Amino acid sequence: MYVAVKGGEAAIANAHRLLADRRRGDRSVPALRLDQIVEQLGLAVDRAMGEGSLYDRELAALALVQARGDLIEAIFLVRAYRTTLPRFGYSEPIDTGAMKIERRISATFKDLPGGQMLGPTFDYTHRLLDPSIVGEDAEVPAVRGVEDEQAPRVTDLLGRQGLIEPDGELPEGHEVGDLTREPLDFPLNRDLRLQALARGDEGFLLALGYSTQRGYGRTHPFVGEIRIGEVEVEFDIPELGFAVSLGRVRVTECQMVNQFKGSAKIPPQFTRGYGLVFGQAERKAMAMSLVDRALRAKEFGEDITAPAQDEEFVISHSDNVQATGFVEHLKLPHYVDFQAELDLIRRMRAEFEGKREAAE
Amino acid sequence: MSDEPLLKVSNLTKFYGSRLGCADVNFELYPGEVLAIVGESGSGKTTLLNTLSANLEPTSGEALYRMRDGSWRNIYELSEAERRFLTRTDWGFVHQNPADGLRMTVSAGANVGERLMAVGDRHYGCIRDTALDWLGRVEIATDRIDDQPRSFSGGMRQRLQIARNLVTGPRLVFMDEPTGGLDVSVQARLLDLLRQLVGELGLSAIVVTHDLAVARLLSHRMMVMKGGHVIEAGLTDRVLDDPREPYTQLLVSSILQV
Amino acid sequence: MNAVANYNFAYLDEQTKRMIRRAILKAVAIPGYQVPFSSREMPMPYGWGTGGVQVTASIIGPDDVLKVIDQGADDTTNAVSIRAFFAKVAQVATTTHTAEATIIQTRHRIPERKLEAGQILVYQVPIPEPLRFLEPRETETRKMHALEEYGLMHVKLYEDIARHGRIATTYAYPVKVEGRYVMDPSPTPKFDNPKMHRSEALQLFGAGREHRIYAVPPHTDVVSLDFEDHPFEIQHFEQPCALCGAEGVYLDEVILDDRGGHMYVCSDTDHCEERRDAGFVGVLGMQEAAE
Repeated sequence: MYVAVKGGEAAIANAHRLLADRRRGDRSVPALRLDQIVEQLGLAVDRAMGEGSLYDRELAALALVQARGDLIEAIFLVRAYRTTLPRFGYSEPIDTGAMKIERRISATFKDLPGGQMLGPTFDYTHRLLDPSIVGEDAEVPAVRGVEDEQAPRVTDLLGRQGLIEPDGELPEGHEVGDLTREPLDFPLNRDLRLQALARGDEGFLLALGYSTQRGYGRTHPFVGEIRIGEVEVEFDIPELGFAVSLGRVRVTECQMVNQFKGSAKIPPQFTRGYGLVFGQAERKAMAMSLVDRALRAKEFGEDITAPAQDEEFVISHSDNVQATGFVEHLKLPHYVDFQAELDLIRRMRAEFEGKREAAE
Repeated sequence: MSDEPLLKVSNLTKFYGSRLGCADVNFELYPGEVLAIVGESGSGKTTLLNTLSANLEPTSGEALYRMRDGSWRNIYELSEAERRFLTRTDWGFVHQNPADGLRMTVSAGANVGERLMAVGDRHYGCIRDTALDWLGRVEIATDRIDDQPRSFSGGMRQRLQIARNLVTGPRLVFMDEPTGGLDVSVQARLLDLLRQLVGELGLSAIVVTHDLAVARLLSHRMMVMKGGHVIEAGLTDRVLDDPREPYTQLLVSSILQV
Repeated sequence: MNAVANYNFAYLDEQTKRMIRRAILKAVAIPGYQVPFSSREMPMPYGWGTGGVQVTASIIGPDDVLKVIDQGADDTTNAVSIRAFFAKVAQVATTTHTAEATIIQTRHRIPERKLEAGQILVYQVPIPEPLRFLEPRETETRKMHALEEYGLMHVKLYEDIARHGRIATTYAYPVKVEGRYVMDPSPTPKFDNPKMHRSEALQLFGAGREHRIYAVPPHTDVVSLDFEDHPFEIQHFEQPCALCGAEGVYLDEVILDDRGGHMYVCSDTDHCEERRDAGFVGVLGMQEAAE
């Protein structure tokens, strides 16, 4: 008798063994290799990298296997690794204008310098399950991508005519924040908001972005441009006095062009919502740009009436690693607190009965 | 009424960017005096009220308030802590919509008691007795003390809001259309109650209303606003019986036709 | 990527530890004030003690002896997991004995044995803001703390009494620290609140997900909020621990069968074991010995 709280250590060890077994599954099926995941589940890898805030395909693939395909668990693994890495410094801002583009579309202009490039997109595929793609023998002809091209950004084209607000300028002397190194302090500046959104949960941002389209904080968005491709990451080395290239990363950028705004000083201009995500993550980048614009309501003197416009609400709840931890912590034992409640409710019920009997 | 004013307002001006809210407002308010600010919507009366009650920062001008210790302070130069203390002890603010001034999910008793607890009252029984007393004074049945204002009628909510404001014995109360949104019969009862309380407690009050009947019943003096400016001011009976400005004459004649 | 080999002593890098220690120092200097700190992502989920683990990781040294409890017990799964984590990444000695520990990390309880000077109690805190459920906005609660506007806290207690005839808050019962800041003692039962008052031990609170650290230095006043005519009181149990016969301790209810049979045992397992070792026996303790 009375063994309920004993044996925690053994129970944990057993659970972990079982987990490892279930992760591996049927031993007669070949084990996954990381390169298979990197190559064939690329968008899952991209999401783990993006929301894990660590650009490393192989690590993300490992996290996916270790998490048995649970994306949020994989993101968590990546984050917990990332946090222990030393910081050497901050790179120069990447120049998406100099991106080697694989996909680039604009919904605002039919044709434009650089042209529209559909790239590897699910758009216009018919969502019919296709058994012919699986198996060793499935043949897919190799396609050499068009030579990666460069093209001016749509917002730069609009900007040259002053039709859209310039890229956000930070206040004088403001150093770009780092939400992984400094505690959040509401209200935030846009730099920190964008960081939070870039690692925010795709599903949460998607739902919020969607809500703005349905009238909860409308922003009248147009997709100025979505571009996916590789950009150079440069790092300024003070000893050298110039920036050196560290390599290239693939990113997805979405520039949303939104309803105009003017004031006594500035003639009406379109405003921007911005999304930038590691890898190919178009849905996330679009949702991010909608939410970014919605969160700028205060800056433009708009009424804050909808959840997507509420900075504390959105940013405090957008991180899925935080959210899953706190939701799931409810399964930890709470019996001490519950005992306290149990005791109180029994007392109150006894009093209630006592009063009723006295009244009868 | 005392010889020394409670509030001295000079050259109070409020711009929203380039748009005028109210301009060059000057007046003095004496203890026990009720001042009505009337005008149609957009005349600047609500801007003036929000500026006077320190909810808005004026563009220029000042408002000197005689504190309980007798010292004169410009309310716009108070620290936030001092201002917040003032607004929950020596001042009251009655909103047009009671939901803006009440905690709708907290019982009537706690709504009245909150200000007492905020200034340090720590005796449940005393707080409750005071709340009961105030519910009685604003004609709310005392067995409703543990009910939330959500279950109250509009008139009851407004009376509860008044009790919540008066429980700390403030010397100055701001009211924004206190009878707006109520049925005519309920309005009359509330006005009666307000007039009685103001008289009993010797309160000073600044009441914004578009309803000249409210001004007539409640106020000693009134100011008529149009386009952000005070165009006529004087004793209420004088302004209403003998309006000098054509605009005031128009306002007065329109009410008489009702 | 050979896990442990690459990690620093106690997992966190030294820069991070320094940052956290600065936050702790500030917290000690302003008892009860919630100091924002840059919480790191930890290898356990948010809400599972990441704040406490970061505090412990920042203050622990090779000579420390660590005890970890959850719900008062050393052998609940999360306590086991956290203790194993530090044994692995800091190779420190661990113990289940309160008296031997230099650092005790806890979730939801304060040990029954009186803590002594030199000991540090590290609390895992889920929601550090005592005003949070009355006012959800951080920007507003910060102002309320700064201006000492705590009336709302009493509104909540008033409502309890009006509705239930008594203060119905049984855990995470708000306290005022050194006459200034209202503080959430973490979800410990209010039974433990008096143990915080003028404790000889240093009490540190870490909330990882919410990025806050706060502290109660030794010998600091910690007063539970109440009304003069409804004074704060702690839970009383009608029977002693069924295993060791202890009275005046916090008890867990253990359901024995599906016919309503239950017994009460010490929530503090170490306390219970020590008493039994010393020969104290409760009503059901005999049976266990006999089995």
